[in-house]
Amino acid sequence: MAMKVYGNGMSVCVARVLLCLHEKETEFELVPVDLFACHHKLPSFLSMNPFGQVPVLQDDDLTLFESRAITAYIAEKHKDKGTDLTRHADAKEAAIVKLWSEVESHHFNPAISAVIHQLIVVPLQGKTPDAAIVEENLEKLGKVLDVYEEKLGKTKYLAGDSYTLADLHHVPYTYYFMKTCHAGLVNDRPKVKAWWEDLCSRPAFLKVSPGLTVAPATN
Amino acid sequence: MAGIKVFGHPASTATRRVLIALHEKDLDFELVHVELKDGEHKKEPFLSRNPFGKVPAFEDGDFKLFESRAITQYIAHEYADKGNQLLSPGSKSMAILAMGMEIEAHEFDSVASKLGWEQIFKNFFGLTTDQTVVKEEEVKLGKVLDNYEARLGESKYMASDHFTLVDLHHIPVIQYLLGTPTKKLFEERPHVSAWVADITSRPSSQKILV
Repeated sequence: MAMKVYGNGMSVCVARVLLCLHEKETEFELVPVDLFACHHKLPSFLSMNPFGQVPVLQDDDLTLFESRAITAYIAEKHKDKGTDLTRHADAKEAAIVKLWSEVESHHFNPAISAVIHQLIVVPLQGKTPDAAIVEENLEKLGKVLDVYEEKLGKTKYLAGDSYTLADLHHVPYTYYFMKTCHAGLVNDRPKVKAWWEDLCSRPAFLKVSPGLTVAPATN
Repeated sequence: MAGIKVFGHPASTATRRVLIALHEKDLDFELVHVELKDGEHKKEPFLSRNPFGKVPAFEDGDFKLFESRAITQYIAHEYADKGNQLLSPGSKSMAILAMGMEIEAHEFDSVASKLGWEQIFKNFFGLTTDQTVVKEEEVKLGKVLDNYEARLGESKYMASDHFTLVDLHHIPVIQYLLGTPTKKLFEERPHVSAWVADITSRPSSQKILV
């Protein structure tokens, strides 16, 4: 039976999982969850993820949540097909992939998600974006991208010379970010820009990006 | 032989996470002190070890890493045959472990670290605790711990019936919070309380306290 992913293609965390499934050429079924009707807060959903968030993965009797745990599971289960996303054959290379995945999780994600929250989610709630929060997090994001610019001058991808989960995890938030008027943060850094354009050329990305449909505010 | 070196500070929660893992594995290592109050972590040569300017950084011979949870995972895999088992063999068990580590990192640590900062670390720097923030963050932590209480009703540890990296990653921040009024949130949930007592009394958890 194919894996089931509960969530919607426009959600950043769901898209992370979908990218991984496509990179691994794995069959799956996407089961939509109506977030606006708060179906993710119903007991039936909370029994799968008590934190009430998408995505959730079901694979036979295994239920998983947390997008980066799901991608790690998919990458490991299907390690012998599709793209090698974890460099599993060498412990030290695998550790470097984990290192840059942690960097995305703890340095990149908090800054970029705060910006996207203000520019996309807040207007959907009928409120005005907080310019101070946007500015503070753009500054933090800029510093992270400075580190990336240096690293990508030495290796083609963040964890080495091949595409891995460390790169993949960045894609959905960056996609939305590049639709805002702050895309210069990426475009003004040549190595980061080239890396981003490469990530966007991948077949898996071309399958997932049409689902990333929420439009940001223009400032 | 160059051996294992940890570049960090003995009071830093992220440094302690790595030290606990090394003790669990009975590994020899050298702790190279990074003087945070002098900003040593924001300057060279430390920045060459971690361009994000945070402790700890790590060396095993000529192999270098940073990010505490990447380091603990490397230690757990590379030295799987030494000391205590910190992983769960099998792809589904490893997936549950990975999920537990993500929950600690994204749901627990973000809130618990703020409570640690407000009530303990701010005092080191002569700043005042903001009780409004403490109240707000305690509400959030309470909800996370309600989920933990349910989970720990089903298994002795967070991801398995034995101690793993998931439990280990929680220890340093919990140790600090037990010295604050926030400890009541752990005490008033029986399964969580028993788990906290268990993981903080392990020999490796005691060794890193200064």
